[in-house]
Amino acid sequence: MNNLLLIILFLPLAGMALSLLPSREATGKTAFVFSLISLLLSVCLFIQFDPNGGMQYVINYAWVPDLGINFKIGVDGISLMMILLTNVLTPLIILSSFGRRIENPKGLYALIQLMQFALVGVFISLDAFLFYIFWELALLPIYFICLLWGGKDRIRITLKFFIYTITGSLLMLVGLIYLYLQTPGSHTFDIQAFYDLTLSSQQQTLVFWLIFVAFAIKIPVFPLHSWQPDTYTDAPTQGTMLLSGIMLKMGLYGVLRWLLPIVPGASADNAFIVMLLGIIGVVYASCIAIVQKDFKRMIAYASIAHVGLITAGLFTLKVEALEGAVFQMLSHGINAVGLFFIADMLMSRLKTHNMSEMGGIANNNSLFAVLFMIVLLGTVALPLTNGFVGEFLLLTGIYQFKAWMAIFGGLTIILGAVYMFRSYQAIMLGSRHLNEGEFHPMTLSEKTVLGTIAFLVILLGVYPSFLMNAAAPSIKSLLMIINAG
Amino acid sequence: MDFLISAIPLVPLIGFLLNGIINKKMPQSLVGIIASGTVLFSFLISCYLFLQINNGSIKESYYSMFSWINAGSLNLGLSFLVDRLSVIMLLVVTGVGFLIHVYSIGYMKHDEDYSRFMSYLNLFIFFMLLLVMGSNYVVMFAGWEGVGLCSYLLIGFWFKNNDYNKAANKAFIMNRIGDLGFLLGLFLMYQTFSSLEFKDVFAAAGNYPSGDATLTAIALFLFIGAVGKSAQIPLYTWLPDAMAGPTPVSALIHAATMVTAGVYMVIRSNVIYTLAPFAGEIVAVIGLVTALMAASIGLKQNDIKKVLAYSTVSQLGYMFVALGVGAYTTALFHVVTHAFFKALLFLCAGSVIHAMSGEQDIRRMGGLKKYLPITHFTFLMGVLAISGVPLFSGFFSKDEILAVTWTYSPVMFTILAITSVLTATYMFRLYWLTFYGDFRGTHHQKEHLHESPSSMTVPLIILAVFSVIGGYIGMPEYINEKLGTHHVFTQFLNPIIYSPKEFILSHTFEFTLLIGTIIGLAIIYVMTKNMYVRDKVVPEDDSQTKSFQKVLANKYYVDELYDMIIRKPLEAFGELFYKIFDISIIDGIVNFIPRATNLTSSGLRLLQNGSVGFYLVSMVIGIILIFVFKMLL
Repeated sequence: MNNLLLIILFLPLAGMALSLLPSREATGKTAFVFSLISLLLSVCLFIQFDPNGGMQYVINYAWVPDLGINFKIGVDGISLMMILLTNVLTPLIILSSFGRRIENPKGLYALIQLMQFALVGVFISLDAFLFYIFWELALLPIYFICLLWGGKDRIRITLKFFIYTITGSLLMLVGLIYLYLQTPGSHTFDIQAFYDLTLSSQQQTLVFWLIFVAFAIKIPVFPLHSWQPDTYTDAPTQGTMLLSGIMLKMGLYGVLRWLLPIVPGASADNAFIVMLLGIIGVVYASCIAIVQKDFKRMIAYASIAHVGLITAGLFTLKVEALEGAVFQMLSHGINAVGLFFIADMLMSRLKTHNMSEMGGIANNNSLFAVLFMIVLLGTVALPLTNGFVGEFLLLTGIYQFKAWMAIFGGLTIILGAVYMFRSYQAIMLGSRHLNEGEFHPMTLSEKTVLGTIAFLVILLGVYPSFLMNAAAPSIKSLLMIINAG
Repeated sequence: MDFLISAIPLVPLIGFLLNGIINKKMPQSLVGIIASGTVLFSFLISCYLFLQINNGSIKESYYSMFSWINAGSLNLGLSFLVDRLSVIMLLVVTGVGFLIHVYSIGYMKHDEDYSRFMSYLNLFIFFMLLLVMGSNYVVMFAGWEGVGLCSYLLIGFWFKNNDYNKAANKAFIMNRIGDLGFLLGLFLMYQTFSSLEFKDVFAAAGNYPSGDATLTAIALFLFIGAVGKSAQIPLYTWLPDAMAGPTPVSALIHAATMVTAGVYMVIRSNVIYTLAPFAGEIVAVIGLVTALMAASIGLKQNDIKKVLAYSTVSQLGYMFVALGVGAYTTALFHVVTHAFFKALLFLCAGSVIHAMSGEQDIRRMGGLKKYLPITHFTFLMGVLAISGVPLFSGFFSKDEILAVTWTYSPVMFTILAITSVLTATYMFRLYWLTFYGDFRGTHHQKEHLHESPSSMTVPLIILAVFSVIGGYIGMPEYINEKLGTHHVFTQFLNPIIYSPKEFILSHTFEFTLLIGTIIGLAIIYVMTKNMYVRDKVVPEDDSQTKSFQKVLANKYYVDELYDMIIRKPLEAFGELFYKIFDISIIDGIVNFIPRATNLTSSGLRLLQNGSVGFYLVSMVIGIILIFVFKMLL
């Protein structure tokens, strides 16, 4: 079963090819079945994975030997978490489109699966060139998803998103090539060679900013976030889910794998400024979320706040915060997908995202009210939900770094409750009665998607250690590499 | 054997799941049996544990279900601890909780969401038990936030009414302000002791010198949490608004159990507070000011539940005074007696509201004594207990708080004594206006007046009995000396107190206090009776109130103040950040880059105009410029 990882990587491509073939109706189902198989294989991978085994399932083929480019992949605990995230969310994202009117569904499902392929690739690449290829490949499907299925202003917004992201990517490419040129001998893009480099502090600073900007745009870190609210709001639901649920984790994952261990000196030197940006993002975006009237845009800003805290946590280089960050990447992915799905359910029924035009939905839809509440509690980090574990550990680490930063970052505990509970009140509560014609009861696929998410919110909140134990040794050894450099 | 203690919180959780998930398919009676039966089960186990601990066959019981959060040196299990302190809280929570569950069966019978209500109550019990049974601060915090959630769900139980929803949001958010303080305390604690497990933290903290700055900071951070949860100044305004919830909720959550969580937490952390005397002073002062201020507001409230709510805030203030002066067992003693008489008073209020078809304004009540004999009598027991009438439970605990405060600071004692006068005054005012005089409600209401069903009155009677006799577990020294008995409560609890303080009082002082109490209460009794029964004074309409009374009636305008200094600025910041920073500045700069590129290129494009003459001229100019530069350099 040494090829398990390879199968997990390429299965979505096969699924994509196949889902382009059959008739219109079966397209979605084919894609869904394939995504379920991917999920199943990922669970197998998780079960077989040895937490203390370091990098596993490593495959290393020479790709362009003259340039020192290899097709090198492998998983450690951190990659494993990201694979699980991707392959748990993809079936839910595909399922979320069932029962919605979609023009040209073949194209959409094909692109989602291409996206899945690229994302998994990013999370398991152990060669900088390969990593870059997957990184850029991930941009293509999401670009088309947003462009072809997006809202009114999609052309302008998608172009902005595309140019913004690609600018960052190009800077990263420069940084990676620079690193490549520093490797000894005939040069290589191998990640281990990058880790082994000894760079002067000027070199480190240069590389740090070149690569960090790319990640910061993707995450997005304040003040490089202005593409995000428009894109999230205007993209089709599946696109928003992919972007917020998984794609932004490329940036966070990148920081962990391709930034901190490669330029540890510069990372430590610039930790303060990056954390400051992260914390500013928390307070700034939370305040903005409070005054939003559009539910989807509110979630978009809430997302900036949440990832700001993760970013700040990563740069503390404290083991608690790093473990919290990895866990919070999962939790945030699950919760964001849940919230955007709720926004989509509301949109498909009420034809609006404007919260002041909603209200009273809980009166006739108790199941929806309960599931929405659970996702909300995960988002506001109530203990025994998934959001608490990550935020608690992140803030613990940040407090050890700079206490006042934890105070400001901790405002998310209060401000998050303000905007989430206010929006719940506006959307769900109140005296207004909507009959079945006005608000259709949840369909089976909707119950499945939201039910699964709510289940995960509680499972990961009550028993997070089954995942954390798998990731912890890898995080510790990564920290050792960082601290040694 | 130890695993048995995990059943205490888990059984009510099962009750929640049963009633929450398959509610529609079950008969109403079964829902009630499951809800109250699960709590009764927990109560019985708690009794068993209490007996075991009391006769010394076990010291404490610890059980870890599984490892919850591990990271770095943080190693948190989902683990429970039952010792002398938590077993008392267990008895209160499950005992009073059980009675309130039974009461709710009658009170909420006609509500369409009956089973949702019962399941929320069970969920609350689960979280409250988590709070008092957690063996580390994070499990405690999980219960702490969980009861906040249940409080939110139950305040906004009738969610069709948006005022109730706002009250629910306010409660949750104000609690969250406190919770951030609590969390910061945990972060500092972890940084200092590398653990959040009670036994590790207390063992390590015990080695610190008294007055240590870190311990003081931890104590103050944690206290912010207590201020939020136990509704002290400045985070108390959510509690009166929380009265929007059904009355059993007010009795259970907003009087007997949840709001005392802050007191429990401080007692649990008594090592830290003992070694941080400055924090103790802050605790005492906040408690004192809260007690006085809330009691003064209580004088002018006309909503039966609001009077009781301010009374709760005020009584919690008493408890914090006791904590602040280091009398931890005294504070817990008052938690216990207060749980009896305040739950009783609220449930009686519920019975009155039930009879009055939902009316809560005491100006429209009066003369209810003859229609609601059981409610009237039990309510009177509650009034006598809270007013501190000798031999009633409240007398013993309150007297003890006054006495220990005297040894700490006579000034604080005086203020607290004045507060006691106010307490008795507003309670008797409430009592006379509700049960004596002529009925002032509508004709329709009068026809519907009826005593509540037995599922409601039986809990009232049981609570009334405990409100009367509950104080005998902690009699003052001068009585114990005569009878040859002991202060049972303090004796039971002292082993978990880091260094129990001896409060030595002269018998002369205690007698003076006793005589003063009796005389004071007699005067208040006569004066209020003359005013509200003989002269039939009824509080005037809100529009009539003047000057300082109006300030009191409007609760010192604190809500308005918070609105002005917190909510409005927050929203203004949001708008400012959104419209000015985000859209104009940040996105403006981003959009400026392509726009600048466009502008430059459209400018440069003009050069490419296809006219050969222009190209020739520019070429010549270029060559000349090159020569000029060459010569210059």
